[in-house]
Amino acid sequence: MNVVSQVGTESKTSKENGIIMNEMSTSGASTAVVERPLGLETRGLHAWFGAHHVLSDINLQFPERSVTGLIGPSGCGKSTFLRMLNRMHEFIPSAAMAGEVLMNGSDIYAPEVDAAAMRLKVGMVFQKPNPFPAMTIKENVLAGIKLANLKVSNHDDIVEKCLSRAGLWKEVKDRLDASGGSLSGGQQQRLCIARSLAVEPTILLMDEPCSALDPGSTLRIEETIRELAEKITVVIVTHNMQQASRVSNYCAFFLSDGGPGVLVEADATRKMFTNPTDTRTADYVQGKFG
Amino acid sequence: MSSTSDLTIQVVEATPTQPWHKPRAEQRRDALVYLALAVVAYAIVMVTGIAGPDGFALVFFVEVLLLTILRSRGIGKAKSTNAIISTVIGAGAVVAFAPWMSIFVSLVTKGFHGLYVGYLFHDMRVTTPDDELNMGGVGHAIIGSMLMVLIATAITLPLGILSGVYLTEVRGRLTKVVRFVIQSMSGVPSIVAGLFIYTTVIALTGSFSGFAGALALSVLMLPTVARTSEEVLKLVPEDLRAVSYALGARQWRSSLMVVLPTVRSGLTTAAILGVARVVGETAPLLLTALSNNAFKFNPFNGPIASMPMYIFGLLQIGTEYSIARAWSGSLVLMLIVLALFITARRLGGKDKR
Repeated sequence: MNVVSQVGTESKTSKENGIIMNEMSTSGASTAVVERPLGLETRGLHAWFGAHHVLSDINLQFPERSVTGLIGPSGCGKSTFLRMLNRMHEFIPSAAMAGEVLMNGSDIYAPEVDAAAMRLKVGMVFQKPNPFPAMTIKENVLAGIKLANLKVSNHDDIVEKCLSRAGLWKEVKDRLDASGGSLSGGQQQRLCIARSLAVEPTILLMDEPCSALDPGSTLRIEETIRELAEKITVVIVTHNMQQASRVSNYCAFFLSDGGPGVLVEADATRKMFTNPTDTRTADYVQGKFG
Repeated sequence: MSSTSDLTIQVVEATPTQPWHKPRAEQRRDALVYLALAVVAYAIVMVTGIAGPDGFALVFFVEVLLLTILRSRGIGKAKSTNAIISTVIGAGAVVAFAPWMSIFVSLVTKGFHGLYVGYLFHDMRVTTPDDELNMGGVGHAIIGSMLMVLIATAITLPLGILSGVYLTEVRGRLTKVVRFVIQSMSGVPSIVAGLFIYTTVIALTGSFSGFAGALALSVLMLPTVARTSEEVLKLVPEDLRAVSYALGARQWRSSLMVVLPTVRSGLTTAAILGVARVVGETAPLLLTALSNNAFKFNPFNGPIASMPMYIFGLLQIGTEYSIARAWSGSLVLMLIVLALFITARRLGGKDKR
């Protein structure tokens, strides 16, 4: 099964999305030649927790400067898959993996790769808003720079730019020295997005970023995601089919029948929601199960 | 009567029918009932062979229990059981509280008349233990205790926090060993800590000193600080570590810049609990710092006074005035520990806000 090829088949839809599909052909080699390291691809990716095989043979390419939604019922391994894209998977003591994650053509699991340096290029937003409680709003935005010991001088500019990109600047510009915990849930999540943008990642991973938020905040964050996708590659896990159809350009459908999760189908979002190849995809996006 | 023309909200007037507080009259009646029970209990203690405050408390408890049983007749089995058990548990709480009250009351009553303004600021250089109680004081012992506790804190706080970080953040191969060592250290008798320093530091330098005393206190303080730090660090949500790693942080920077600042107030509590643990220790100082009657600010130069040794020394003399001084010293020591614990509670409480 080569699902990767299916991403490339729907060239008409993808042109509407402003993507040149040739760049992400099945070979995967072409992604290495881009001006910024936006390319992300997995090859034969497997994951285990102890002896429990949770993901099997995932081959997936993420089109650059677009939003890819990972959908599927609970327990199908989407979040595990997402966490393997920036090596957060390996912090779980029993976790094991096989396969390759190619970022701009090179494997991030290669022995010479420095995981911390690699994670600088890949931002992550978690399900629960989690600003650092001991820091102010401003310090939270700059936390990544401080934690990675990056040398930058224009701190105030970075704070304004990142908060603006996350759609939070207008609401907090007069209280940058307030605690991050004093914001509402939706604002906290946008603060977390701003925090992950401050180190200028080229890929942003989001693990159900809106599942703990109200509809208003969700809309704001979806707007933010679409704006971000003009410059960087976004991968988002979501349980919300409406959200997947609103925000993503491409979708990948994961499914598990009790065994390890597999990738059933990956394609342009419009095709996935109107005319999917696999009947299980059709059943899922129409809400017949899951 | 609702008018459809203007759309004002109709508010129904109402008064609460379920008061959360007993009405004044009922409160007064209850107070009178308990007063009557107390009088009866007093009479029983006077008339019968049962004597003393504990006898009075026992009789009073039996009376209240009987009253509860009488009152709870006819309100159903579950409700009456609940009332009786509540009374018994309330009595248990009073019993648990009694020893503390007893210590507090005897310290205040016996220690109070030795206190005067100068007590905190004078030493015992020109005052003999038998002098009138308006002379001399505990100032030198407070200074000595403070010096030793400060040094002990400076030694154990970094060590304790570091071992907490090792146990919760690094989680290295020696985690179990470190935890075991800390647990066994907290079981070391305090005199053994003193002996340990006596046979090493004192034997080496050939003289008692405040620094040696501080080292002996450190042995006792370290497990408290380390265990409290570990408990506090365990409370940091795993999410915060994950976020900092996802931001590209290395582990030591994540621990230093995210995890430790998050529990700043908890670590302060750890330090204060450690101080409160050792500030009243006598045995380790007996063999290391000994005692002294004058103000001394150099912890490296010979024996130095401390609060517990001051109390211990005066009690050994055993005259009326020296024992009164010892009680006053104990009162001051208890107030210092109390102040430390209150500070710890307030700082620790800030985390939960």
